Amino acid sequence: MDSTTHATMLGSATLNAEPPVALNEPPPPLKAESRNLSFHYGNFQALKAVDLPVYEHKITALIGPSGCGKSTFLRCFNRMHDLYAGNRYDGQIVLQPDNTDLLAKDVDPIEVRMRIGMVFQKPNPFPKTIYENVAYGLRVRGVTRKNLLDEKVEDSLRSAALWEEVKNRMNEMGSNLSGGQQQRLCIARALATDPEILLFDEPTSALDPIATASIEELVSELKSKVTILIVTHNMQQAARVSDYTAYMYIGQVVEFGRTDALFFKPRKKETEDYITGRFG
Amino acid sequence: MAAIAQNAAEIRALIGKGRRWDTIFVALGIICLGIGLLTFATLFFDMAIDGWSRLNPEFFTQFPSRRAGQAGILSAWVGTTLVMLVTAFFAVPLGIGAGVYLEEYAPKHWITDIIEINITNLAGVPSIVYGLLALGLFVYAFGLGQSILTAGLTLALLILPIVIVATREAIRGIPGVIREGAYALGATRWQTVKDHIVPYSMPGILTGVIIGLSRAIGETAPIITIGALTFIAFLPPAPITDVAPYISFEWLTAPFTVMPIQMFNWTSRPEEAFQHNAAAAGFILVLMTLTMNGLAIWLRYRLRKHIKW
Repeated sequence: MDSTTHATMLGSATLNAEPPVALNEPPPPLKAESRNLSFHYGNFQALKAVDLPVYEHKITALIGPSGCGKSTFLRCFNRMHDLYAGNRYDGQIVLQPDNTDLLAKDVDPIEVRMRIGMVFQKPNPFPKTIYENVAYGLRVRGVTRKNLLDEKVEDSLRSAALWEEVKNRMNEMGSNLSGGQQQRLCIARALATDPEILLFDEPTSALDPIATASIEELVSELKSKVTILIVTHNMQQAARVSDYTAYMYIGQVVEFGRTDALFFKPRKKETEDYITGRFG
Repeated sequence: MAAIAQNAAEIRALIGKGRRWDTIFVALGIICLGIGLLTFATLFFDMAIDGWSRLNPEFFTQFPSRRAGQAGILSAWVGTTLVMLVTAFFAVPLGIGAGVYLEEYAPKHWITDIIEINITNLAGVPSIVYGLLALGLFVYAFGLGQSILTAGLTLALLILPIVIVATREAIRGIPGVIREGAYALGATRWQTVKDHIVPYSMPGILTGVIIGLSRAIGETAPIITIGALTFIAFLPPAPITDVAPYISFEWLTAPFTVMPIQMFNWTSRPEEAFQHNAAAAGFILVLMTLTMNGLAIWLRYRLRKHIKW
């Protein structure tokens, strides 16, 4: 898919949208793009020829009913599926600006994961101290200088809006924090290595409403630093935080467009049924 | 066919019936537990009473003797300690290495399945078979003799499956999201294993190691098969010497005896006095095993305190 087709697609999506959006606004620069991406778990095809752009410094939300392939799609971006036998990718995920196909056989999944960070559904801090949790990504990259580690740990915790709460507790175990704090710790851990894209896999599904609100606020703030792709089964969340939304169903993208357009004026009947709660 | 309980009285009657089964099961459980514990306690105290007269400091510092009153367990407990050291030295790294490889590295196909089944089966092989293997392999083929090294290697083989299985179980207990969290940060497999998998499975591995060692400490058959002596009135050479390089491994090749063999030797004597020696040695052996198990529980508790998912 080239940029002209994007423009057409977005154009038609935003044509009658309300509130009005700039009609001829060109799409933002691409950060990554999946091209004809199919994915198999053994004999089960979970993704069917998915084409989807991910725009730089924007938040792209993936919504859809359980089992629609949104998490599977997200986990292709950091080659998480490579950890398990019997999984197969076809197609490409091209990362800009260097035009690298993340799924190419000769691209090491470790390299992909060094460029693309991930925050999981359930907070998963390591059973290590708060400091070591955040520093781990740097240690993996061979950083040993104490000042550099200290500096990056503080920066990341500040970016994750956690620094004030933990600055005097750096040697406590990460698991001593509350659920919402643990998830922010995991975000700090992912931010410490300056990823180009940050993947969020239903990051608030294990959290209470207050913690959810703080994570959502944080995600919105982070887009100035990093491109974000977020899976959520909470449509309000997608509507609140994202710039672009893709509605997925049975391994395919049914509709993609600006979030305001998709929610206010969906082009497809299936999308409308889903977002209005008639289905799913 | 009674109808489904409708009113409060019927519901109460129903609960009462259910509760009766609770009471019966609790009673049964206590009886089962009591049988196990009482049997052990009786044996333990019987040994303690029988051996009480012999439980004095000299008992630990004297060699075996023809006169029961002067016989001690010095060579036996030193032998047991040294053999256990050798056993742990070989079984721990081999077992952890094999377990980690099978869980984290090995491709999952029929060959690894067969290996897996065989390792579990090995844990059930009678210990005397290990003794025969060791006699052929270590004593004759490798020419290691009837030494502490041979005994340690034999018992290491014996407990290797226990350590491997414990390692694998411990690794499987680590939640998948923790492993994925490490990989997602760009860690290699080795970094994940070294920084996460092994440290987090340490409590389980240690428990397995110590349970393995407490099995090995009481093993008699394989040690007799490889030809341990029953009467030893000298100690192996000291590991630290007064000439350079100050460390000597000569003790590895020394002949030895161990606690259960010493016990067995004394119980086969006709004199009453030797039976007291045997009881005292048995009491010490049980204490050693209990201490090791206690250590396992304490270590697991200490290490697990910091590992919460």
